[in-house]
Amino acid sequence: MTIAARFEIPYSQFLDAQSKVAAEFPAFAKDAATLVALYKAMVLMRTYDAKAIALQRTGQLGTYASMLGKEAIEAGIGAAMAPEDVFLCTYRENGVQIMRGVTMQELFLYWGGDERGSDFAGPRGDFPICITIASQCLHAIGVGYAMKLRRQQRAAVCALGDGATSKGDFYESINAAGTWQLPVIFFATNNQWAISVPRKTQSAAQTLAQKAIAAGIEGVQVDGNDVIAVHHAMREALAKAYAGNGPTLIEAVSYRLADHTTADDASRYRPPEDVAEAWKREPILRLRNYLSAQGAWDKAQEEELLKECNARVQAAAQAYIDTPPPSPEQMFDHLYASLPAAYAAQRDAIVQPGHGTDNAG
Amino acid sequence: MAQITLVEAVNLALTRAMTNDPEVVVLGQDVGRDGGVFRATLGLLDKFGPERVIDTPLAENLIAGMSIGMAAEGLKPVAEIQFSGFSYTVIDQIINHAGRMRHRTRGRMTCPMVLRTPCGAGIHPPEHHSESPDAMFAHIPGIRVVYPSSPKRAYGLLLAAIRDPDPVIFLEPTRLYRLFKEEVVDNGESAALDTCFTLREGTDVTLVSWGAMIYETLQVADELGEQGIAAEVIDVATLKPLDTGTILASVARTGRCIIVTEAPRHCSVASEIAATLAEQGLLSLLAPVERVTAPDVVVPLSRLEHRYLPSKQQITAAVRRLLEFA
Repeated sequence: MTIAARFEIPYSQFLDAQSKVAAEFPAFAKDAATLVALYKAMVLMRTYDAKAIALQRTGQLGTYASMLGKEAIEAGIGAAMAPEDVFLCTYRENGVQIMRGVTMQELFLYWGGDERGSDFAGPRGDFPICITIASQCLHAIGVGYAMKLRRQQRAAVCALGDGATSKGDFYESINAAGTWQLPVIFFATNNQWAISVPRKTQSAAQTLAQKAIAAGIEGVQVDGNDVIAVHHAMREALAKAYAGNGPTLIEAVSYRLADHTTADDASRYRPPEDVAEAWKREPILRLRNYLSAQGAWDKAQEEELLKECNARVQAAAQAYIDTPPPSPEQMFDHLYASLPAAYAAQRDAIVQPGHGTDNAG
Repeated sequence: MAQITLVEAVNLALTRAMTNDPEVVVLGQDVGRDGGVFRATLGLLDKFGPERVIDTPLAENLIAGMSIGMAAEGLKPVAEIQFSGFSYTVIDQIINHAGRMRHRTRGRMTCPMVLRTPCGAGIHPPEHHSESPDAMFAHIPGIRVVYPSSPKRAYGLLLAAIRDPDPVIFLEPTRLYRLFKEEVVDNGESAALDTCFTLREGTDVTLVSWGAMIYETLQVADELGEQGIAAEVIDVATLKPLDTGTILASVARTGRCIIVTEAPRHCSVASEIAATLAEQGLLSLLAPVERVTAPDVVVPLSRLEHRYLPSKQQITAAVRRLLEFA
């Protein structure tokens, strides 16, 4: 017997859970100012996240999917992408969206049940939040194909979770990305949980990154709680995509510190000691301890940052709360480029008093 | 002036669209070198190259999903699903994304794509090659469902579908692909969407149909005409949104309506038209509305196909029944 092919999945980590340097930093991370900027973005995300949950708990927001524990991933992606790239996200990438220019007010609007939240003023070519698991991977193929067809130096970045890597949409997408060598990056956050189903139930594969091998594309694994590792992997993958050298699958290993959404109670299916253990690896404290040890961050700066983040989030929340609800005819206004005659009567009827349920929750 | 078949008319429209608009791309399984299993895309690869005439991996959901991504980037994808029986996997993408992208972003992102697929029974194929999913697609908000019934109409409606700023499911009557030829002028003119076409005018009964069943329906109308019965024949053409005005106006004149479809009856487009007549046309009816449809069964394999599809005799018998009402 001979070996027909052999593969390896590299793993990268630069800053370990104890905030110690695990490997020589890439050039960008040797500049403390860059790391401080990433840190500030992560703290803003966590402040936003906490506010969203508080709004939901007080009946001022709909169901919300927390990104607690995922801030390094969000910041690492968000800081790497160029404005003209296209981001395709799930419901757990609000942090990237904020960094790309979607306002927190728009995100609150979205979670508050208002489509106008997806008409964001920021990255007009970015896709709206995708709820149906892995279906956005297929859109990334079309986006990447268009970029390649037009010889553009742009890339599509498609975020997904560990559960999504079990779906056909994902396999069809990585396979097609390989076939056409598209400028597409699949960024899989492995946070160990798809609602209540643990990572080991999703797949017998040793890593999720190795699924790339079957598609003939590069697969790498990074410590998803190490913003340097995430950002480095993203920069490498983007540079490769811009150069016409094809797609990459990045698996970022992390842990979902929150419930799946505000409608979930994770204590029903996972032991508290696992969560407590995961908190020891969380990304924000890890980076802060490192920056403090380097003398690049201190208590006064931290207090100032928290104050600033709270003020920004509070202002966004207030702007959301002050936004009047959409008028009923908006259900029709963007259904088609122009409303077909067949639906004119329905549109006229829906604005009349007495239309709609008397018993909405 | 060329006499061409329906599948040649599809090819002609695709060629015209790709020639006129560099953003139009064609994608699907075997659409490249093979020219499609029905040859609808024959010659496009040589004319427009492999970047715009794209043989995809064998994954229907990919074809639909990547079309949505292409459309978001400003391309105009015309995707082919090889047979409508293979289109069920793409319904997820059509419902959850194609039909919603404009609405959920308040017009920021749109989805000008066309999904073409051969549709209907009658060519003696294997299982899953004879489906009529027109009502399933017609139930989806935010899209159009178009179903031509002749070469000329296929040419005009396909051009219209490609130029439309919203997603269009374009169902092609497989049985008619090569059944007859018609003169088609390659003038680049599109036919009107969202409107029925009145193919025969008459005062005694309105026959409403679409797709391949128009063929038998017209024959019945002509035979009835020889017997002094004037049947109006309406080709619905766009199943969603539905032009109820043309149908109601016709029934207001004739007082009788038969809807003919080869899809199973339950929750069919025929049922929607019948319901509209009950709501808005009741007072002009002289007789009950009848639906001549396929039965509510699994579409059979080829040996029973002829018993499954509605016949001219069934349509004629329905007309006779309705004429018995004074």
